[in-house]
Amino acid sequence: MKTFVLKVNGQTHTLEADADTPLLYVLRNQLQLNGPKYGCGMQQCGACMVLINGVAQASCMMPVSSVDTSSITTIEGLETKKGKMHAVQEAFVIEQAAQCGFCLNGMVISAVALLQEIPSPDDEQIRIALDRSLCRCGSHARILRAVKRAAKI
Amino acid sequence: MKSSRRIFLKSAGLLTIGFCAGIPNSAKSASVFNELPESLKRHPNINAWLEVLANGNVRVFTGKMELGQGIRTAIAQVAAEELDMNINQVEIVLADTARTPDEGYTAGSGSMEQSAMAVRYAAAAAREKLLQLASAKMNLSPAGLSMSNGTVQSRDGKRKMSFSDILNGRQVTDKVDANVNLKSKANYQLVGKAIPRDDISQMTNGRYEYVHDLRFPGMVHARVVRPPSYGASLESVDENYVRTKADLIKIVREGSFVGVIANEEYAAMQAQQALRWSCKWSADPFRGSTESIPAYLEQLPASSEKVHEQGRIAAQSFQHSAKYFKPYIMHGSIGPSCAVALFKDGNLHLWTHSQGVFPLREAVSRMVGIDEEKIRITGVPGSGCYGHNGADDVAAEAALLAISFPGVHVRLQWTREDEHLWEPYGSAMIMQVSANMQNGLITEWVYSVRSDNHSTRPGGKANNLLPSRYLDRGFDAPAGGYSGGAYRNSQPYYRIPNQQVYAHLFRGPLRVSALRSLGAYGNIFAIESFMDELAAASKQDPYLFRLNHLEDPRAVEVVKKLRELVPKAETIRGEGIGIAFSRYKNSAAYCAVAAQVAVDEKTRKVKVKKMWAVIDAGEVINLDGVINQTEGGMIQAASWTLMEQVQFSGNKVTSDGWGSYPIMRFSDVPEVYVEVIPQPEQEVLGAGEAAQGPAGAAIANAVYRASGIRMRDLPLNKNF
Repeated sequence: MKTFVLKVNGQTHTLEADADTPLLYVLRNQLQLNGPKYGCGMQQCGACMVLINGVAQASCMMPVSSVDTSSITTIEGLETKKGKMHAVQEAFVIEQAAQCGFCLNGMVISAVALLQEIPSPDDEQIRIALDRSLCRCGSHARILRAVKRAAKI
Repeated sequence: MKSSRRIFLKSAGLLTIGFCAGIPNSAKSASVFNELPESLKRHPNINAWLEVLANGNVRVFTGKMELGQGIRTAIAQVAAEELDMNINQVEIVLADTARTPDEGYTAGSGSMEQSAMAVRYAAAAAREKLLQLASAKMNLSPAGLSMSNGTVQSRDGKRKMSFSDILNGRQVTDKVDANVNLKSKANYQLVGKAIPRDDISQMTNGRYEYVHDLRFPGMVHARVVRPPSYGASLESVDENYVRTKADLIKIVREGSFVGVIANEEYAAMQAQQALRWSCKWSADPFRGSTESIPAYLEQLPASSEKVHEQGRIAAQSFQHSAKYFKPYIMHGSIGPSCAVALFKDGNLHLWTHSQGVFPLREAVSRMVGIDEEKIRITGVPGSGCYGHNGADDVAAEAALLAISFPGVHVRLQWTREDEHLWEPYGSAMIMQVSANMQNGLITEWVYSVRSDNHSTRPGGKANNLLPSRYLDRGFDAPAGGYSGGAYRNSQPYYRIPNQQVYAHLFRGPLRVSALRSLGAYGNIFAIESFMDELAAASKQDPYLFRLNHLEDPRAVEVVKKLRELVPKAETIRGEGIGIAFSRYKNSAAYCAVAAQVAVDEKTRKVKVKKMWAVIDAGEVINLDGVINQTEGGMIQAASWTLMEQVQFSGNKVTSDGWGSYPIMRFSDVPEVYVEVIPQPEQEVLGAGEAAQGPAGAAIANAVYRASGIRMRDLPLNKNF
């Protein structure tokens, strides 16, 4: 066990963990941030995405020791302090872009990162940005519409 | 067509009578509404379905589960509608053996047909009772009262009582009468509209709670290690090695069931890895391989039954014949199955995303030898399941682990590999069809489907739970499951005077169970591909050819509507549009689908560019719910049709993750468009499984239009 200081959603947390523990489990079990989901543990499905210094990355294989100097944002941290939704969240709600919603964490996080980089992406750019994230319900068409809408909010 | 004509349809393995064509709405409504939903007949009391809370709001109990279909919103709409409440005043409790009615499984697109309709009647009955009680208390005639937002008031608005004041701490316990007055559909404010689901906003901020997210004080984490193949048994475990590798609480072992429990989840994962290395398993005989699978399945012994016969087949030979193949496919939930279990003071409590908490309780009770009264199972949503995945199995395994470590909550998370390798797959199917035609119409049709069963849900049977096979408690190998699923939609919904339909059922090499639409996807793929082949052979337009064989006006309407929607010109070389139609179970929702594909001239790789669906799901409860299910149904079926096939070799499945079992990603997802034909005066028909069959066939038919190549074996892009 080692002590780590993590900066998550603007707050600093001091915690004990095995240095190899993937960030996902630290977020979920020690910080009670259940937004990022376990989907495959192999960076193949995107359910566990978080923003590391603004970049959307899978957290399921990323050792906690590699992110202790980074700024981490989870889906819970996208709202403003006053509880106002991020444009991407708002657009997903308006478009009702989910069925079971288990993949939504990865979709929302990827979309936030995309729009930071490309404020008005075209269809192809959105598809590329979301390609790492799997959805099984077939909500893709709605998710694409939601990201396009978010770009206009 | 005669208005009284009845067509007899095979549905759910039982002979039922479906009405079609020309029956006046009023007569139809009467026949529908004098018959209470089965769920309500089993739980006839109003307070089984709803109760009034102290603040005047209403709590509704459904025995069904939220699987991503939006059941909470749809049921709240129905309850709020009958009680003239704001939808936010209605809360929904999902399936829980301690709280809700037993509604069996959340399956077969029955959530709206059963649960929502039961709630409609119960809410209408509650309304009558509340008005009656208020009338006595206010000393006014019921006609002089109105209801809104949880209160009953006099017409002049001067006197007002909330539901909770009226009941004064009691609940409405009367039985629901079949003749209860339902609200006039003309006055609907909520039902039929696209009311947004409020759970989606919680999903977008990470606060929606899945079973995977449950956290209890002192909760411990578990993982299980499984045999390298279905038939292997555990010979030895080097427990000391595991203990040196991880900080664990205990190793649980019984027979070939072996798992680890640790305080930290990561420690449980490390222990699982070490355990994998330290288990020795017996050898397991050869079963077959993906490459040899159609031939292997053809030679398996099968029990045969005649599913349907009409007229007489006189021909000795057929002008047209074809054979189609659908491989084993996966449910492929994005979140591997998970459960939490607590065994304390002799009582067992499970939290699960099972589709049927009551039948699971019965099966678990038998497996662990604890009376059902001492077991509570609480449904908590999971990742979408699309049928019987690992949900029941992981709950049963969590129960075993918790019983071995009483007093604390034990959380068992399956790995991606657990889910991919051990979920019960949708069965492989071989469909063969032959036909003769005269004057452009089909005169004779012989169809056979060869398949394994399509449901081995626990249904109270312990041996259908995966872990039971690992235990030394005398549970036999699972018995054959529900065979009717194999021939779901095996009978064409077309006017063909002489028909025979056969089913040949084998016991295949892989674990199988219910996957969304059961055999309907494979059967409709075959029937609708063959219809397209017959249209092409007789040089007929594929829409007109189908319309010439359809007599149900609602079927005709969806096909005609699709024809209006879909562009006619197919001008781009290498591209084509194909269509298909079916009525799910031949008794539920009508759906016609068109697909536009591009076929690479050199490689023949198929890309689906756009899909259209027209659906008639009877009375619509939530319009966006029907659209969402249909969009998703088409996209999921496009993935099945193009890419999916469970791979196995020798004695084991080799599709152990998304790398070896890829599903469609954003770069390949087609544009989708859905049009709903509302039928407010008709019965509610579930919409969750209507699109898959026609979607698959429409894609194959589009490939033919684009390239002249008739693809009869799924998946279409198997070589890529």
